[in-house]
Amino acid sequence: MTKHLDARTTDLSRREFFGAAAGLSLAFTAAPDPLALIDEGLSGAALAQAPLSPNVWLTIGTDGTITIVSPAAEMGQGTFTTLPAIIADELDADWAKVKPVFPPEWNEKKFGNPGYDNYAFQTSASFATRGYFKAMRVAGAQARRVLIDAVAAKWGVPAAELSTAPSVVVHKASNRRISYGEIAGFAKAPAELPKIEDKDLKTPANFRYIGKDLPRVEVPLKVTGAAKYGIDAQVPGMVYAAVLQSPYPGGSPETVDDTRARQVAGVTDIVRLPEGVGVVGTSVEATQRAKNLLKVTWSDVPGAHHDSEKALEEFAAIGRDKSREGVPYERVGDAKAAMRSAVKVYRGEYRTRYLYHAQMEPMNATASVSPDGKSVEIWTGTQGPTNLHNQVARLLGIERTSITLHQHFLGGGYGRRSQQEVVTDAVRLAKAVGKPVKLIWTREDDVTGGKFRPMTAHHIEAGFDASGTLIAWHHRVVAESVAAYTSIANGTPPPPIDRVVMKGSPIPQYPIPNKLAEHVVETRGARLAAFRGVGNAYNAFAAESLLDEIAKDRGLDPIAFRLTIAEGAPRMQTLLRTVAEMSDWTRRRDSRGLGVGTMVKDDTLAAGIAEVSVDRATGKVKVHNFWAAIDAGLAVQPRNVAAQTEGSIVYALGHVLREKITIRNGRVLESNYSDYEVTRMSDVPNIDVKVISTDNPPTGAGEDGVPVVACAVGNAIAALTGVRLRELPFAPERVRGALGA
Amino acid sequence: MVAFTVNGVRSEVGVDANTPLLWVLREELKLTGTKFGCGIASCGACTVHIDGQATRACVTPISMVEGKSVTTIEGLSPDGSHPLQKAWIAEQVPQCGYCQSGQIMQAAELLARNKAPSREEIVEHMDGNICRCGTYLKIISAIQRASREG
Repeated sequence: MTKHLDARTTDLSRREFFGAAAGLSLAFTAAPDPLALIDEGLSGAALAQAPLSPNVWLTIGTDGTITIVSPAAEMGQGTFTTLPAIIADELDADWAKVKPVFPPEWNEKKFGNPGYDNYAFQTSASFATRGYFKAMRVAGAQARRVLIDAVAAKWGVPAAELSTAPSVVVHKASNRRISYGEIAGFAKAPAELPKIEDKDLKTPANFRYIGKDLPRVEVPLKVTGAAKYGIDAQVPGMVYAAVLQSPYPGGSPETVDDTRARQVAGVTDIVRLPEGVGVVGTSVEATQRAKNLLKVTWSDVPGAHHDSEKALEEFAAIGRDKSREGVPYERVGDAKAAMRSAVKVYRGEYRTRYLYHAQMEPMNATASVSPDGKSVEIWTGTQGPTNLHNQVARLLGIERTSITLHQHFLGGGYGRRSQQEVVTDAVRLAKAVGKPVKLIWTREDDVTGGKFRPMTAHHIEAGFDASGTLIAWHHRVVAESVAAYTSIANGTPPPPIDRVVMKGSPIPQYPIPNKLAEHVVETRGARLAAFRGVGNAYNAFAAESLLDEIAKDRGLDPIAFRLTIAEGAPRMQTLLRTVAEMSDWTRRRDSRGLGVGTMVKDDTLAAGIAEVSVDRATGKVKVHNFWAAIDAGLAVQPRNVAAQTEGSIVYALGHVLREKITIRNGRVLESNYSDYEVTRMSDVPNIDVKVISTDNPPTGAGEDGVPVVACAVGNAIAALTGVRLRELPFAPERVRGALGA
Repeated sequence: MVAFTVNGVRSEVGVDANTPLLWVLREELKLTGTKFGCGIASCGACTVHIDGQATRACVTPISMVEGKSVTTIEGLSPDGSHPLQKAWIAEQVPQCGYCQSGQIMQAAELLARNKAPSREEIVEHMDGNICRCGTYLKIISAIQRASREG
């Protein structure tokens, strides 16, 4: 069996990496300026006077303030609390004294995510806690050892006789105590930092913060308007910009009539961009108005002829045509041979449409290029600082070290802020006009220039042998390649397989002996991106829908059937039993149906049950209750895991009920929240999430509610009405049509 | 010149009469707590109070606030101690947080009129404010808490 992960599993032997990089000479050389952008309260003037930096990850001030680097993007998923808490736990820090900061420099060798190739600064795929967990524990334990060794030397006692309480070193024999702040007053980190081994780390029973619930550190800033997002950047002398983008990727401006745009008061420059036309001026509203007055023709590229509804029909036909071999993503046994030997084969076809991230903060970036073009300063909120640095360095032909990135909080990411085209356009415009430029997309720009979750057609076959055992599973996913699209901008070769699209398709929660999951790659010229829930979302919709159809045909209870095929996957069986109990699964409801769905994404497991009703006259689906259980290994911050799961269920509900992006003649037809209708408060059911913390390493928890929603709701509708909906979204007109009303 | 009061402070700005209040607040007065979301009064991220009434600043021309009193999230309380702000922290409502200024300003109007709203009244009042992170249930809990704890 092959195993695909988004990133390499954390290699714990790499702790030397920290030892090597952690000498005093590599300690903070400058106060991290993102502090000023976050909040004075979080910054701590302590940094400037911090005399002790036990390793690159933290400094301790004489007032006891402990400043801890939190390198992942904070986009609402709570890493600005979770990651520092991991270090603080092993350091035995008093949490009240901890001040998280973004990295003082974007140096992967110091602060990059050990879970990613080349330690990339990349916050996606729910890999922050997973990737940093062990590294940060080691960093915290190492810093604690530095403190203990310093006290041992000063007091002339063996280090082994010293212990710690929160932010205090204790010598029990002589009844002496000394605070971390006091230690910072005299201690120096040794030239060679102590090596930390597994046995030096805490046992879970001794965790103070891991597995407990800490209030999130940046929440107070988010209730007063003080939290700073990229769009809030204010740079002296800055001007504003709007960009009219090509309607489709690869389109470049051929003719530009800017006569009327230039007449708008405040507009100073019109700048051609590779895939757009920029308007620069003295106010946001002037640039937005002028942008709408531009008349531009665009070069003819394949994407200009894309029609998404027509293409989806084609995708479905390709799914059926097994002469079109796909790129194998995972093979177990021999699915094709087993299918031939099966006495009964079930087939199912399912479809999903393009989706838009709809993050609340429209894409934006502020850039200032030095007069000689050799250095640049950038203010934005990004999920991908490494890609940002690489792309900007390539664009300007400068060293990465000549780029100063001011990371901000992200007004929603969900995968959208991994891509950098707004940053590179801001840099181009700033260079062109010789001033700092704040580029803000309108919501309409954000929708029509969106990078979408791919539309998909699924063809699945499931084969049973004479004994009634499910022996073969063959899932064909027909879709464009997200990985190929994103590799263009990143200047990297397209990867041989597309994990973004294919995740979840091998259904590891069901250890069927013969499996084949393959990606039939089509190219249509749409802009694509990773999207919260990634391939798991549509792959679970397809797989779990077919499983329900099979259960129904065989007269089996959907959960009992799943428990059978999950034999050998006890963690999933536990989740299935948990949600069954939470929902009181066997209790019949008047006019309401229940449906179940499960998913496994990068070793995190989730199961969900939806309770729905359908208004047969209008076709409107109402979800009344949703029960979910998640096993993400050790839950580092359980309440936050529950909040993320709840939020991702709400996020996905809109995908299921209404959301879709339609492309015709290469142009996106939707434009704003008025016609791209996301989940609103009145849509939201009661949601009950159970976090099952297990003694497995912590895995991701930022998006795991998403995949269980579409399948559970679809299965509930089928249970209630007897009608199977095989394509998303379950919009009223589609539901009404299917019900024959 | 348009003259109005923002968070108790008299302001005068010399911008085009059609300039949306949102951009005056954000880029002229540097009150960036009020957010740009959609520009068409469809998401509520830009909600402020004008003479106590929750209003979408993105579609409010600056000329309309002449002589009026505008309150933004920065002016809701002097020190973040409005019952809703305290409840928002107690319930750990925000995730990305971008919509939350607008959510709180929208909720503040409700509680000013109705000290003990029902769940249905809360949902009806808040349905124009989008939260893409999906914190709606926490928002409801926080409004109920603020109503209780005042």
